[in-house]
Amino acid sequence: MKKLKYALFTGCTAKQSTPEQMKSTLAVANKLGIELVELVEASCCGASHLQDFDDFLSLVLNARNIAYAEKHGLTMVTICNTCQLNTAMTKHRLDKDEKLKARVNEKLAEVGLEYKGTSQITHFLYAIIDDFGLEEVKKLVVKPLSQFNIAPFYGCHNIRPSELQNETHKSPESAYRPTSLDDLIIACGGANVDYEEKNKCCGFHAELQAQHTAATLTGKAIAGAMDNNADWMVTPCPLCHLKLDTQTAHASHAIGRDVALPVLHMQQMVGLALGCTPDELGLKHHVTKVDFV
Amino acid sequence: MSTHAITTQKVNFKVFRFNADEDYLPYYDSYEMEVTSEEVVLDILNRIKWDHDGSFSYRRSCRHGICGACAIKVNGRSTLACKERMHDMVELFGKDLTLEPLSIKRAIKDMIIDKADFWEKHAAVKPYLISDVEEHPEHEHLVTPEEAEELLEADLCIQCGACHYACPVVEINSDFFGPAAFAKAYRFEADVRDEAHISRLEDLHAEQQGVWDCVKCYECAEVCPKDVNPIEKITKLHQMLFKEGVATSNVATRHAVGFKHSIARNGVLDEGGLVLYSEGPAIVKHLPVAFKMFTKGKIVPPWGITKSQNLDEIKKLVKSSSTAKF
Repeated sequence: MKKLKYALFTGCTAKQSTPEQMKSTLAVANKLGIELVELVEASCCGASHLQDFDDFLSLVLNARNIAYAEKHGLTMVTICNTCQLNTAMTKHRLDKDEKLKARVNEKLAEVGLEYKGTSQITHFLYAIIDDFGLEEVKKLVVKPLSQFNIAPFYGCHNIRPSELQNETHKSPESAYRPTSLDDLIIACGGANVDYEEKNKCCGFHAELQAQHTAATLTGKAIAGAMDNNADWMVTPCPLCHLKLDTQTAHASHAIGRDVALPVLHMQQMVGLALGCTPDELGLKHHVTKVDFV
Repeated sequence: MSTHAITTQKVNFKVFRFNADEDYLPYYDSYEMEVTSEEVVLDILNRIKWDHDGSFSYRRSCRHGICGACAIKVNGRSTLACKERMHDMVELFGKDLTLEPLSIKRAIKDMIIDKADFWEKHAAVKPYLISDVEEHPEHEHLVTPEEAEELLEADLCIQCGACHYACPVVEINSDFFGPAAFAKAYRFEADVRDEAHISRLEDLHAEQQGVWDCVKCYECAEVCPKDVNPIEKITKLHQMLFKEGVATSNVATRHAVGFKHSIARNGVLDEGGLVLYSEGPAIVKHLPVAFKMFTKGKIVPPWGITKSQNLDEIKKLVKSSSTAKF
C-alpha cells in the first residue's frame, strides 16, 4: 500500500485540555505508517461559536487553515468533530459560491495566501476507514479488545448535517444509524454496544450558558452506555470526550443518578489494539480513571 | 424517484398504542405486513387503521407534504409520514420498524400528540408581519428578489413539529422556543417589511428561551422534511443579535466574542482564558472540575500555550476581515 500522508489540523484541545489525544494520534499514525504533517500555522476554527458573532471572519480564518493544507498538496485530516464541521462547511460554502470565495481570497491575498479548493478535508476516523482500510487495521491488531463491551459515541459534528458530511468521506454514514465507529470497534476485536444515545448530543456547545441542559445530555449518554453493559465508551471527538470524561459530577447531579465510565478517544482505542503502551496513549490524563488497562 | 419495478417485502411493525382517557400505560401492537416499494409511511398508518384496527388514531390531511399533520417517529427519527418512502425506511433501519408519536410524553391517542407547547412557542415569536401599513398607500412596498431570497427557505416551514420534537433542548428545557419557532422568527426578522425587529430579537436573546441555549447538534437540520435548515437560521439570528445591538453582555455572547480575542492574541484558543472571559467572576463554579483537570495535566497556563506560527498573518486578517462589533 502506498504510504498515506495528510496535513494534520490538530485543533486547540489536542494541545491543551486533551493532551492524550495528541499523543495517541501520533502513536497510532506511527503504528499504521501514516505520515502526518502538522499545520503549525493553523488558527482555531472558531468552534461553531465565532461564526455566531462574525461569520465572515470565521470563513477567512478557516479558509486560511485550508490554504496551508493546499500548499502541502495534502488532504487535511482533523481530529475533532467540530474542527471537521467548521472546516468542511467553509470548504462547502466557498466551493459553491464563487463570489464569496473571491471575497475571502481578497483578504487572504493580503497575507500572500489563496484558497483554491484543492484539498479534501476528512476526520482521522474516516481516513483510517476509507484510506487505510479496516481489513488492514485488523491485520495489525496485536492485542484484540475481545474482553470489552465498547460503547461508541459518535459526536454530532461528524454525522450531521449528513449531506455535508457525506461529501467529505467515501463510506456513506447515516446520521440515524451510523456504523463507522462500530466497525472500528469490531476491527479492534471489541464488542460494539448499541444504545439509543450513541448518535446524540453531549451538550458541549451550550455548557456555559445552559449548564443543566448540557449536563443532562452528558448524563443520559453515559447512562445509556452503562445500561447496555458497556465497559467503556469511545469517541472521535475531543469535545465530547471533555464532557463525558470530566463532567460526571454535574451529569450525575442533573439526571439524579451516579454515572461514570472510562471514555477513550478513538485513537486510544486503536492504539491499545495495536499494542501501544498506556503512556504512549496518555491514559494518565483522564479525569475518569481508565482502570481496565 | 427510482425507476425500478414495484417490489414487495415483509416488514415487522411495532406500533405505539395509548389512549390517555383509558390506559394507565402505553403498549405496542405488532403487525407483519407486505410492503411495496412505492408506499409511504402514511400508507402503512392507513392500512393499520383500515385493515386491522379501526380505533388506531393518527393525524393526516393533505397527503402531499404541505399540511404538516402527519409527522411521527420511525425508529426514533422524526418523519413526515406522507413524504417518507417505506423503501428508504427499510434501507435505513432494516425490516423491524417502530412507529411512535413525535413525543411519547405528549401522547393523547396513539400517534396523536398534544402539540400545545409547539404552538405556544410558535405564537411567542410573533410569527406574522408587524408593519404599520397606511390605509391608502400611494405605492406598493417593493421587495427585491435578493431580499426575498433571504427568507424563502425559512418560509417553507409547514409547522409539522418534526424538528421541535427532535430537538434535545426542547426535551429538557420547557422554556426553550425550539428550532421551528426560531426558523419562523427568522422568516420575519429577515423580511425587509417587518418593523417588529428589535422587540422580537429581544425575546430571542433572552436566557433559557432564546437562541443561546441551542446545543448545535444539527438534529433539526437533519429531520426537516422541507429543508428549512433551522440551525442555519439560528446562526443567522445570533449574528443579527450582534448586528442590531440587541446582544447584551452575558456568558453566551462573551463566549462567542471571546474566540475572536483569543485568536487575535494566539491564533489558537486560550481555553482557560476563554472560560474566564466568558464567565467573569462566575468562573469559581468551574474550579472543582478545573482542579481535577489540572492534576491530570489538562490545563495549560496562558504562558505555556503554543501559539500559531505566522501569527502576524492571523492578527492582520482578524483586523481586516472583522465584520461585527460588540
